[in-house]
Formats: sequence, structure tokens, C-alpha cells
Amino acid sequence: MQPVEQRDEVEMLSLMLLIRRFEERASQQYQAQKIGGFCHLYIGQEAVVTGAVAAVRPDDYVITAYRDHGHALARGTSANACMAELFGKETGCSRGLGGSMHFFDKRHHMYGGHAIVGAHVPLAVGLAFAIKYRGEDRVTLCFFGDGAINQGSFHEALNLAALYRLPIIFICENNLFAMGTSVKRSTSLKQIVDRAEGYDIPGEIVDGMNFREVRDKVAEVADSIRKESHPAFLEVRTYRYRGHSMSDPASYRTKEELEKYRLDDPIIRLRAQLTREGKLTNEQFDQLDKRAKETVLASVKFAEESPELPAEKLYDYVYFNGAKP
Amino acid sequence: MREITYRQALNEALAEELERDPNVFLMGEEVAEYQGAYKVSAGLLQRFGPKRVIDTPISENGFAGLGIGAAMVGLRPIIEFMTFSFSLVAFDQVVNNAPNMFMMSGGQFNIPITFRGPNGPAHQLAATHSHATENFYASVPGLKVVTPATPRDAKGLLKTAVRDDNPVLVLEAELLYSSKGMVEPPDEELLIPLGKAEVKREGSDVTVICYAQTVPLAFKVAAQLEGEDISVEVVDLRSIKPLDEQTIFNSIAKTHRVVIVEQDHPFCGVGAEICYRIQKNIFDALDAPVLRVSQEDVPMPYNEHLEHAVLPNAEKLVTAVKQVCYA
Repeated sequence: MQPVEQRDEVEMLSLMLLIRRFEERASQQYQAQKIGGFCHLYIGQEAVVTGAVAAVRPDDYVITAYRDHGHALARGTSANACMAELFGKETGCSRGLGGSMHFFDKRHHMYGGHAIVGAHVPLAVGLAFAIKYRGEDRVTLCFFGDGAINQGSFHEALNLAALYRLPIIFICENNLFAMGTSVKRSTSLKQIVDRAEGYDIPGEIVDGMNFREVRDKVAEVADSIRKESHPAFLEVRTYRYRGHSMSDPASYRTKEELEKYRLDDPIIRLRAQLTREGKLTNEQFDQLDKRAKETVLASVKFAEESPELPAEKLYDYVYFNGAKP
Repeated sequence: MREITYRQALNEALAEELERDPNVFLMGEEVAEYQGAYKVSAGLLQRFGPKRVIDTPISENGFAGLGIGAAMVGLRPIIEFMTFSFSLVAFDQVVNNAPNMFMMSGGQFNIPITFRGPNGPAHQLAATHSHATENFYASVPGLKVVTPATPRDAKGLLKTAVRDDNPVLVLEAELLYSSKGMVEPPDEELLIPLGKAEVKREGSDVTVICYAQTVPLAFKVAAQLEGEDISVEVVDLRSIKPLDEQTIFNSIAKTHRVVIVEQDHPFCGVGAEICYRIQKNIFDALDAPVLRVSQEDVPMPYNEHLEHAVLPNAEKLVTAVKQVCYA
């Protein structure tokens, strides 16, 4: 079995900063109408995907829902390709054909970017099925929100994964709101993790604002799966600072609630841990942040200057052989 | 050539493709231990084992999605729906995930998957179990839809579908599983291209365009009208999408009269699209308006007499053919 390299924590902090600055800039560009459609920001949740990805191998499979910018960036998709996708350009990670909700990057084993709530959970089970079918020791990380757990597709997928004992970690990013409806008003259970028990899948609750806790838990579970294939479930408790999408002012929650979570910010927390341990100075942190901002600014320039796919090429993307039916 | 049933032909196609390519697997409700609800997969579990022939719970949405996910990383799943009426439970996967992935991912992920199973009204199964789904699915960009009517076409089209790099729906004719026909011997590779219609019977007075369960109906009517001096040419579409316009146009250029007999509903049915293409492309070749015979525009009743009244049948087809022939 290939060992998972412990990714450098300063590097992972820098990745969280990149995601944060990318999303802030995306928000600004959306307001400037450079980005169309729906746009769901990941701000506040950075430690979840960063921690999870830090714990697995580059050839493990990652698939998520529509709040996917952070997942692509964490997987290694360039900020240029991500921003260009938001701008609808041919240089985007999905050639400008998918947009914010459909980021794909085959080279980095990022299998989307899926916009129908819960509909990608069966796909994730299919990825895991293929791993077991081929006798590989990869793991599939399937991210979804707390809203997905009430869709039928989620339940069918969990049952199939448990029945066939597939190598998959279901990672529920519980940010407390399914669109604008709180978990309390949408889910009959007190704890989301109890859903897993109904399918005989081991589940645990993880603090999603704590990078180290997410990383260590995902590493432990992935290790167990590589030894003997099985599904696992993690309810990762997190919080999104922005509304569900750019068009949502999030008036369903109080300022006090938001402020409470902001104080527990995942970036501030990892920074404090590293500073306390003498692994990071304030100057170094400022440098990392400056670099993240520069990378993102450059990505806007790249996106703006990139070409769009010409309409003549539309039919090249309907059928694999390019044939017009 | 030897005579086998439609069911055996499909079974041979599955076995040959499972044998040929280790990436191919068959998954669905009762396809393995039970040997298939319609016995299409009989013997395959014994021959290929439980890794390749896989029983599922009753979770169409779940296992259709599983197949699509597996196809994203290069496996070639054959997903059986016990009937395409049940595919409606998996509509989101079949319509939203399988055909959209290639475009949404900017061409990174094609989905080489085959969805197959019986389709179309059978006998007294009433409204929920009698769906003819070809017109729903053919309207979705990115899907291919084939509708074999004979054992030979069933085998050849299914094998080609499995090898296609896109999602293909093989809509089998529920009422024809036990019908027989001549098929090449097993040691002879039989691949029939998608998107090629076939003139199944030559005629000179009128073209009857049909597919799946309406093919035997067209033959019956053609034989009957022979005695009344009306020569019917039978064109079996075999494939709804891609659609073979040329074979249709060639036949009409010869006969100048056409009736489309389809097993779906009249509103936005397959015949409506074909009718549009005929008038657009060869309007001047027509000596009479194009007529369609389809189901009535009602949910399927259980009562046998009423079911007969809803379905396209010989009386309706004879009337339509005589009308376009002004006979």
C-alpha cells in the first residue's frame, strides 16, 4: 500500500488562503457581472476540503456538489482554470461549458461539480465500485451538504455502498443550512451522523473548523478502508459565512450567530496553532496571504483575456465521437 | 444462419460482450441469481460470476447512478431496468447525469453506458407499467435510443451499444421476447450500426414506417393489403436517435405515400419529428398528407378491450394506409 505523505501544514494554510481569496474575488467579479448563473461560495468551510485532501493520495477520487470551487483548488486545479471557468472561457477547467457548479478536472481526479442536490452521491458510489472492481486501493471522497441527506438518491447510494462494501468516505459538510432552511427544520434526526447507522456504516462527528481534526480523521478512516474495503461516514460540522448563493442575503440567521462562527475561523485557528508552535511568523503569514491575493488577481486577468469556445464547436461536446445525430 | 428467439439473441449479445471486454459488467434487479425477470440474463451469473453479473436492490436511481459513476472512470456498465417504466424513477440519472456529463465537463468525461430492458405497452399491465419511453429519451441531447424488433437486430444493436462511447438506451420490445428469427451463428461477429434503418419488406404503393412492437403489426397489415392490391413497403427505423432520414426519404421517393405507426403517444411522439422532417425535405415527393397511427392520448387502461382500443392496431393502420392511397 502506498503511504500517504503528510502534507506540509504551512502549505495547507496557504491553500486555505487561496480558496478564501479566490472566493472573495469571485464574489466581487460576480457583482461586476463578469460571472453569470449561480455562484455558491465556500468561505468559512475551507478546512473541510483542505483537511480531507491533505489526508489522501493524489490518485484518490474526489466528487462533490455545486459548492465546488474549493474542492477543485484543493485538488490542484489552477486558480486560472477555475476563474476562467467562472468567466465561461475555453481555458476554464470545464472549457466554460459547466460554470460555477460544474468544475471537472480529470487529471487531478476531480469528478465534479454536480448541481442536482444528492444526485452525485450514486455517481460517487460508482467511482468506488470501479475501484473495488479493479482491485485497486484507492478511496473515493464524496462531499455533499446537509441538504442532500434528505434526497432519495442519498439513501439509495448509502445502501448500495454498504451492501457491496465499497471504498468510500461520505463527507457531509454540515453548514447548518440546506439553502435557506436550517437543519432543524429539514431533518428529523438530531444528529446527521445517525443516518449512517441506518445503513450499518460507521460514522463520526468531526469539527470542520479545525484543519488538523479533519485531516487526522480522514487519514484514519482512509487507512482503514485501504486495508479492507468498506464505506464510512463523517459528519463534518462547519459554517458558511455567505448566503447559499450570491443571490441569498441569508436573512434567516442572526448577525450574532455569524460572528460567533467567524471567531472560530478555520484559517485563524490553523494560523494560531502554527504560530504557537513556532512554525509560522506573522511576516510569513502575511507573505502567504499576499501570494494568494496575487495568484487570484492574476487569475482574473487570465480569465478576462482568455477566448470563448466558438459556437461552431458546440456539437463537439454532445457525443464522444463528435457526430451530429 | 439459425433461428433463435429475441430473448436468446440478447442473451448471446450480453455473453459475447462480457467475454470480450473485462470492463463490461451487467447490473440490475434480479439479473443474477433469479436469472433475469424475463430470463434475458439466464446463465450469465454461472458463466461470469458475481463480480460481473450483479444483483441490485430495488433502487433504480441508485444503481443507474452507480453505473454512470463507474463509466466516468472507464468501465462499460450494462444497466438493466426490469422495465423502462421503472427507469422513470431514475429519470434524473438517465437525463441529467449520463448525457450531460460530456458537455458539462468540457469533453473530459464521456459515459460509455448501456441502459437496457423492456419498453412499451405489454399486455394488461395498466398505466404505470405500459410506458413507451422512446420519445422522452430521444428528445434529450447526448442520449442514443435504439428499438430492435427482430432477434438479429436485438443482438447486433445491443453489441454495438455496449461498444459505443456514449450513453445508449436499448429499448427492447416486451411482447417480442419469445418471437423467433434468423440470426448469424455465434462464431460470426454481428454488429449493426446505430442510426441505420432497414427496409424490411419491399413495396411500391405506400411506405409504412415502424419500429419495435409496431414492426410485426406493419407486416401483418402489409400481408393483408397484398390481397387488395396495395403494395406496402415496410421501413423499420431500428434506431430512433440517431435517425436514419435517408432510408426514409429514399422509400418515400419511390412510393410517394407514407404512414408512421408508432407505439408511443401522439403528442410530441416519434412520428411527429419524422413527419416534420419529411415535409421539410421531400415535400414535393408526397402525393398525400403524412398520417400517423399511435396510442390514443390517454393513460393506459387495464381492461383488455379498452387497451386494444388505445393501442395502434391493424384496423387503425389499414384505415390510415387506405386513406393515404385514396383507396
